[in-house]
Amino acid sequence: MSSSHRILTDEIIAEIKAYFPHYPTKQAVTLPALHVVNRYLRWVPPEAVVEIAQLLELAPAQVQDTMTFYRFFKQHEPHGLTRMSVCRSLSCALRGGDQILEHLCQKAGIRPGETTPDGTLTIEAAECLGACDFAPCIMVNDQLHKEMTTEKVEKMMEGL
Amino acid sequence: MTDFEPVLLANIQNPESHTLRAYEATGGYATLRHVLQDWSPEQVVDEVKASALRGRGGAGFPCGLKWSFIPKGNPGPVYLCVNADESEPGTFSNRVLMEQDPHQVLEGTILAGYATGASVAYIYLRYEYPQCLKRLQAAMDACYEAGLLGQDILGSRYSLDIIIHRGAAAYICGEETGLIESLEGKRAWPRIKPPFPAVEGLFHQPTVVNNVETLACVRHICERGAGWFRSMGTPPDPDIPHDIGSLGPKLYCLSGHIERPGCYEAPLGIPCRELIDGYGGGVWHGRRAKAVVPGGISTGLLSADELDCPLDFESPIRYGCLGLGTAAVVVMDETASMIDFLHNSCRFFSHESCGQCTPCREGTAWSLAILNRIKAGHGRIKDLDLLLEIGDSIGIIPGTTICGLADGAAWPIKNAIRKFRGEFEEYIKKTNPGGWDVQEPVPALTFVGSH
Ligand SMILES: Cc1cc2nc3c(=O)[nH]c(=O)nc-3n(C[C@H](O)[C@H](O)[C@H](O)COP(=O)(O)O)c2cc1C
Ligand code: SF4
Ligand code: FES
Repeated sequence: MSSSHRILTDEIIAEIKAYFPHYPTKQAVTLPALHVVNRYLRWVPPEAVVEIAQLLELAPAQVQDTMTFYRFFKQHEPHGLTRMSVCRSLSCALRGGDQILEHLCQKAGIRPGETTPDGTLTIEAAECLGACDFAPCIMVNDQLHKEMTTEKVEKMMEGL
Repeated sequence: MTDFEPVLLANIQNPESHTLRAYEATGGYATLRHVLQDWSPEQVVDEVKASALRGRGGAGFPCGLKWSFIPKGNPGPVYLCVNADESEPGTFSNRVLMEQDPHQVLEGTILAGYATGASVAYIYLRYEYPQCLKRLQAAMDACYEAGLLGQDILGSRYSLDIIIHRGAAAYICGEETGLIESLEGKRAWPRIKPPFPAVEGLFHQPTVVNNVETLACVRHICERGAGWFRSMGTPPDPDIPHDIGSLGPKLYCLSGHIERPGCYEAPLGIPCRELIDGYGGGVWHGRRAKAVVPGGISTGLLSADELDCPLDFESPIRYGCLGLGTAAVVVMDETASMIDFLHNSCRFFSHESCGQCTPCREGTAWSLAILNRIKAGHGRIKDLDLLLEIGDSIGIIPGTTICGLADGAAWPIKNAIRKFRGEFEEYIKKTNPGGWDVQEPVPALTFVGSH
């Protein structure tokens, strides 16, 4: 495969290969590899699955099988530059998590699981984020937003 | 109990508590130095056995006993997996430990590795904990630099590498064999046991899986001794065969309708009410509790008149719940709807079932479909019996499924309906006045899932 047709850049490949010494099998690098690709591309298109499989000496179906088990990875379109996970589990729900999700979706004009047409924002319902002491909460990319209110949602959306 | 002094959370008020300097200033790694120099691995196992430490990850299995199942003289490597997948709704104590005091977790991990003969430890960290990742990685870097990790730790000839492996937002990766499959790069389908991981686990090698808090306890047991650990908690119940009691300090997560949500440390066995009022400042807005989840959503529900329940491993069972689980206490006030609670719970388990066992996959999906129907105003009284039938027939306990997720899905159903049946019946009659007593089966396909 000539490099011009590759999806995985040399940089991505180097990052994936750096995981090899951590595990006795290459298959164990599947999740780390998916995370690397997802961090660069914001999705894992089918071509990337094939290339990951080549790197890990697996059948593409094995990588595809693992990837689709974790609904975290998108395969049909990249997720937005900003990815919001809004907790809907019990402790957050008891403190208004559902209303926060509704409000966010209404502001953005999309439904949970969707990305805005300009590709900037994906909003997803999430299960317990392990921050129930700060319920209701949202993960915005790598940032936890605590004790959300509709006012805080307004402010957060302005800052995007 | 007022003179109880926190141990696991002793240092988290210090803003520098995550650094090696702050950790060593409070005696950190002194125990490791001493143990590596003076104790054999067997002595560590024996001390932990003597402490009666039970796993903090949910199952409460005796930790020292689990370690002793590692076959002696295994030719290949032994692996230690640190279970940091923490995804049970209501639970966040591992996060607090890893963020605020990561060295405590690492010292426990190195001690456990030494005891079990592991040369590599994988920390399976849930993806949603980026701050834990940062703090753990920085702590590990400091350890490597100080000779506390890597080859020939502190000149002891014991070597250990720790590798962080990030999950990808799937609850089932917390189940120990699901975790192992996930680490191996596959879908996280739990394995049929036996063989147990101690005999054949990660990469077919003997493997110990331990929870983050369990390992933090190990550090303190090695430092203060088994006797100290046994000095608090609920002693063994002579009426329960092989009970080793519920001993030592425990982290409780308090959330929901509570004045001061948070992670609190108390001796095992603190009564639920005391935790809520004494630590959490009581139910919020001066209201009364209606129902309380005693240990994470899987464990079921205590009703308002069951709050004397001691939060140890055995007592919640006597109150008709699954057990202590992860000791995540979620309070619901008098305005909370048990229909909403159960819907939320069923949605969670249906979403998180890995799908390989038919009763779990179908049972969780159908219980959600029924709850959707009830919430949409089409419920029938008969649905409650149908839900109970699902609740009573899925899980390891009746023997129909591979892992404990299905049991966890069953208890909220059984408890909500048996302890709050009146509320469900009233709701159904009010919202479906024309059809609540219909007995004929309802066409299945008219109702679609919730998302
Ligand atoms: C569905 C399910 C999810 C689980 N999730 C976790 C988890 O997130 N963290 C954890 O430590 N244990 C979890 N467990 C328990 C583990 O299987 C295992 O018992 C535990 O990690 C052993 O460690 P311990 O003995 O130190 O508690 C889960 C069990 C089940 C059935
Ligand atoms: S009980 Fe459920 S979650 Fe556990 S292995 Fe079976 S299908 Fe998967
Ligand atoms: S329930 Fe929302 S973070 Fe736990």
